[in-house]
Parts: sequence; C-alpha cells; structure tokens
Amino acid sequence: MSLWGLCLLWLAGALSSCGQGGGSDPAGSRPVLHYFTWSDYVGPELIQEFERREGVKVVIDTFSSNEELLAKLQSGATGYDVAVPSDFMVAIMIQQGLLSELDQQSLPNASFLEPHLQALPFDPERRYSIPYLWGSVGIGYDAAVIPTPPDSWAILWDERYKGRISMLNDQREVFGAVLRSMGQSMNSTDPQVIEAAKERLLRQKPLVKTYTSDHYDQLLASGEVVLAHAWGGPVARAMVERPSIRYVVPKEGATLWADCLVVLRTAPQKRLAMRFINYLMEPQVAARTSERLRFASASRSARELVNASTRDNPAVYPPVDQLDRLEWMKDVGRGIRLYDRAWTELKMQ
Amino acid sequence: MPSHDLSSPPKPGQSSCRSCWLAAPGLLWMGLFFLAPLALVFAISFASRGTYGGIVWEFTAANYLDLWHPLYGRILGQSLWYASLTTAICFSLGFPLAYMIARSPARWQPVLLLLVMLPFWTNFLVRTYAWMIVLRQDGLVNGLLLALGIVDAPLELLYTPTAVVIGLVYGYLPFMVLPLYVAVERLDPLLVEAAWDLYASRWAVFTQVVVPLTMPGIVGGCVLVFIPSIGSFITPDLLGGARSMMIGNLIQHEYLVVRDWPLGSAVSFVLMAIVMAAVVLYYRHAARTPGPLEGR
Repeated sequence: MSLWGLCLLWLAGALSSCGQGGGSDPAGSRPVLHYFTWSDYVGPELIQEFERREGVKVVIDTFSSNEELLAKLQSGATGYDVAVPSDFMVAIMIQQGLLSELDQQSLPNASFLEPHLQALPFDPERRYSIPYLWGSVGIGYDAAVIPTPPDSWAILWDERYKGRISMLNDQREVFGAVLRSMGQSMNSTDPQVIEAAKERLLRQKPLVKTYTSDHYDQLLASGEVVLAHAWGGPVARAMVERPSIRYVVPKEGATLWADCLVVLRTAPQKRLAMRFINYLMEPQVAARTSERLRFASASRSARELVNASTRDNPAVYPPVDQLDRLEWMKDVGRGIRLYDRAWTELKMQ
Repeated sequence: MPSHDLSSPPKPGQSSCRSCWLAAPGLLWMGLFFLAPLALVFAISFASRGTYGGIVWEFTAANYLDLWHPLYGRILGQSLWYASLTTAICFSLGFPLAYMIARSPARWQPVLLLLVMLPFWTNFLVRTYAWMIVLRQDGLVNGLLLALGIVDAPLELLYTPTAVVIGLVYGYLPFMVLPLYVAVERLDPLLVEAAWDLYASRWAVFTQVVVPLTMPGIVGGCVLVFIPSIGSFITPDLLGGARSMMIGNLIQHEYLVVRDWPLGSAVSFVLMAIVMAAVVLYYRHAARTPGPLEGR
C-alpha cells in the first residue's frame, strides 16, 4: 500500500461527500430562485409544482434561528431571493436596509390574509413583508406521564421531570418564556430584570436535557422528553405519532409569532421572487403547507380548506380566546446586547 | 515493501530552485484563501460590533480583555480536557489497529485501510445523527444492555459529556490510524527482532524501539486528532445537547447567534495561538532530543 493509494482513498472519500449541492444546474439555463428558510419548513412537492409551473429551479438553503439568518446576511451572503424571518427580525431587517419593497400589484393572493394579520405592528402597511405562517409558543407535554394538565411555565422548573425537559435553542424565545413567567414583558430591556431571568434559567439548566429548535418533535414522540418548550407545529406533529402528547399555552402568556415572506434587497430574481410569494399564498397551496407543517397559515381561505383536525388543534391554530394572552416579540434595539450576553453566559455555564 | 528507500536520493545541498515554481499554485491558493482571510479575522478582532451585529471599524482591545472573564477560561479548560481525552483514547485504540494493519499480508492492507476510511464516504452530520439514534434512550446501546440484563433501566447516554467524547473519538480515529499506519509500515521489523535478540523485555521493545521509531506518526496522529477536536462544534451541539460549550461552539455562537464578530475573531485567534504554541514547543523539543538510533 503506497502513499499514492492512501491519497486515492482520501480523494474518493472527499469526492463522495461533496457530491451534492453547489455546481451547475443540470438543466442549463432555467432561472434559479434561491429560497432561504427555516429547516423543515417546506413541502418538497409544492416546490416541485412551482418549478414545473414556472419552468424554473428553486434552490433551498436553511437556517435554524432568526439570529443565524441575520448573521449570514450581514456577513455579506448574497444571492438569496426570498427569506422567511419572524416578526421582530422583519423589523430589524427593514431597519438594516436588507429588504426590498414588495410589488403589491403582483400579490393578488394577499387579499386572502386573515383580518388580524393584515396590519402587524412591525410592518403595518406590508411594504416589505407578508405574513406566511403564524402561531403560538407553549409547552408540549406527555399526558401519560404528567397526569394533571400543566397551566404554567413553572412546570419547566419541576424537579420531578429532571432530564426530561427540552428548551428551544433560541435566545429570545427562552428569555421570553421566563420573562412571562416572572410577570414581565418578553420585550423587557431592564438589565436587572434580564439578570434575574438569567438566574432563573441557570437554576433550570440542570433539569434541561437539551436546548434544541429542530428535532424536539421526535424527542416528544419517542418519549425521550416529556416536556418541551415548543412552537406549536412540531408538537402537533408529535401528536400524530404519540397520541398522549398535548399542548398548552401557559396562563402567564407566551409568544405570538408570524413568519413572513420577504424579498431581499440583493435578490437577483425579484420578479420571480414575487411570483413565488404569490404562489405560496395561493389558498390551495397555503392549505397544503399548513397541513404538512402543522403551522397555521396566514391565509383565511386556507384555514377554510384544511381539514378539521388541523384547524381545531390549538397547537396549530391558536384559539381566538388565547390571543390576548399572547405577545408579539419586538425588536429591542440596543437591549439585544443584554440578551446576547445573558444567553452566552447561560450556555457557557 | 519500503523499497523506495533504496532509490538514489537527490543529493542534498544541491537545492537549485529550478522547481520552485511548482509551489506557486499552492502558495497562491494559501495566500488568497488562507492568509488573506486570516489577516482579515485578525483585523476584525480589534474592531467593535454594531448594535445589531456587523463590524464597526473602531480600534479596541476590549475583545481580548473580555476574554479574561473566568467563564471563558472554563470553556477553554473544558475544551482542552475533551480534546486531550479524545486524543488519548484515539491513540490507545488506533495504535494497535495501525500496527495490525501494517503487519498484515500486503494484499489485505488496502482493504483494511479502506474499511478505516469508509465512514468518510458519508457526510459527518449524517454520521453524527446516526450516533444520536444509537445512544438515545430506546437506542441500540440501551437495547443491547437491557436485553443482556446488564442494566435495569436505560442509561442516560445521549446529551452527556460521554456522548461528546464518543462522537469525537469516532469522528477522528481515522486521522490517528493513517499516520500511524505509515509510520509502522516504515518501521524495519529487523530492528524489533534485534531488540528481542538483545533480551529486551516486551515493554522495553515497545517503549525504546517501536515508539521512538514511530514518533513522527504518533505526533502527526495526535496533532491531527487534537486540533480538530478542540475546535469541533457539531458534536457537542448534537450529542451534548447544546448544554455545554466547547471553544468551537463559543466561536460559532459569537459569530452566528449573538453576531459579535470581533469577539468571535478574538476567541479564534487565542485558540489558534494556543494550538500553535503547543505544536511549536513540541517540534522544538523533538528536534533537540536525538532519537535512540540516530548516528548508528
């Protein structure tokens, strides 16, 4: 066995591991749309349908938190056309000049928007963003293990469930939950309040099995965790596999969120981007997205099309009487430094 | 097999630089894609961050001063510990394996090496996810232990430091085996035989003949395992449950989560300085101590 042989083996390995991705589009000159979205946030068949309809190719890249999306765009990543930031990040991106104004003429499907999502505080005239999916944050739990339905965030500090709790790996959400449990706004910028919140989270940390935003639906479904700080959708997905899973929005209140479709200022394919957004807002398409991801569609007409079990699931479509308990996350301006520091300290301990 | 030693070597001292241009593409590549970005990271480490992230070009040493916070020291200590443990385990698993491969019949060696490298043919992330399935509560390890009656209740394996070290050893073991294999293959079996003939004990043969003669491979393997493991971030994130940080996670966290590029750059440079200092110290030490058989 010579060194040459070794080199060849390395090469074979290296080549095989970079086989997919990058490279040229095999179909040649089809226009390419770059879609930057959350991990596990698309229905592949819907994308293929758009590709076929428009004769284009859609390349999908993913991020796992709003902060990661911002960091990648700030680092000068260009070439993306459409992205899906959440509410408060839309505000930051507008303020940072990262977004392009939407061409309202080419968005006829915007007329199907739910009334309460038509003028959101971060972009009231929808100049830059259009709500896509929305929902609440709460607790997913296994009713077979936790007999009395919890109604408070306090359950996440319960020693009995040590090592069987998962938290979102998302600084604003984790602080949002603890701030609400303290009777504070999740948009607090008071250093003492944030410090107190951090102390609470440090006390909770030994009980937490993992901080994850990606696969807690599987952890719930497999019984690995029995309590999950969660976005509603993945909990609804876990319910399918494990019927004893339930979802609750704690009485102290929680996040109301809306992920929005935006076109980036640097988008190479702005026209195509508008057509893509309009396609995703089509009632049929939006309904299928909602069914698949189990997140509420921002389209009122889509809500009428999804099947009743999805529509009536509080983990998917927040009931109207819950809305006053929910709070929008806002851009906290310079206060973000306090959250950054506290989150780093929590994760470092 | 080591017949290439017999071919006439180029005369030393005759170092005409007629072939220097062969290095040009490599140097250009390194300059453009390694040194230039590195210089940029160095410059950023003295800048400040804007409110929402991004870089504000105001000179400050605050990023390096910030690193004196004891929490950072703890992360560094933890990373050094994980990386050392990983290196030690890789060595104790890798050395016998490399020795076995190098001493097996020549026609088997390519197959055995192929088996060592086979995991590289799959994406690292996919392999790490596979470990999550193996280690979780109803996973393969717990299933086996329960079935054999070794434990009564499933062990907590996933999202623990143990899982992180298992993942790191798994990921970097081939980096240890390959340089060791090359070193052992070049080890002249006659020298080992000679040691036996001179009544050396088993232990003496190993420590005084085999180890010194394969030292370049040992050092190479250890460096190749230690450096990537101290900077790894996927493994602690996925197998450790993102509950504790290694220095790689800290860098990723500063860059991608809190968007403090200057601080992230400073951490990167401190890490790089530590690794380089360790390697330089080692090589200077190695250069000063002559091997046992030198000048024979």
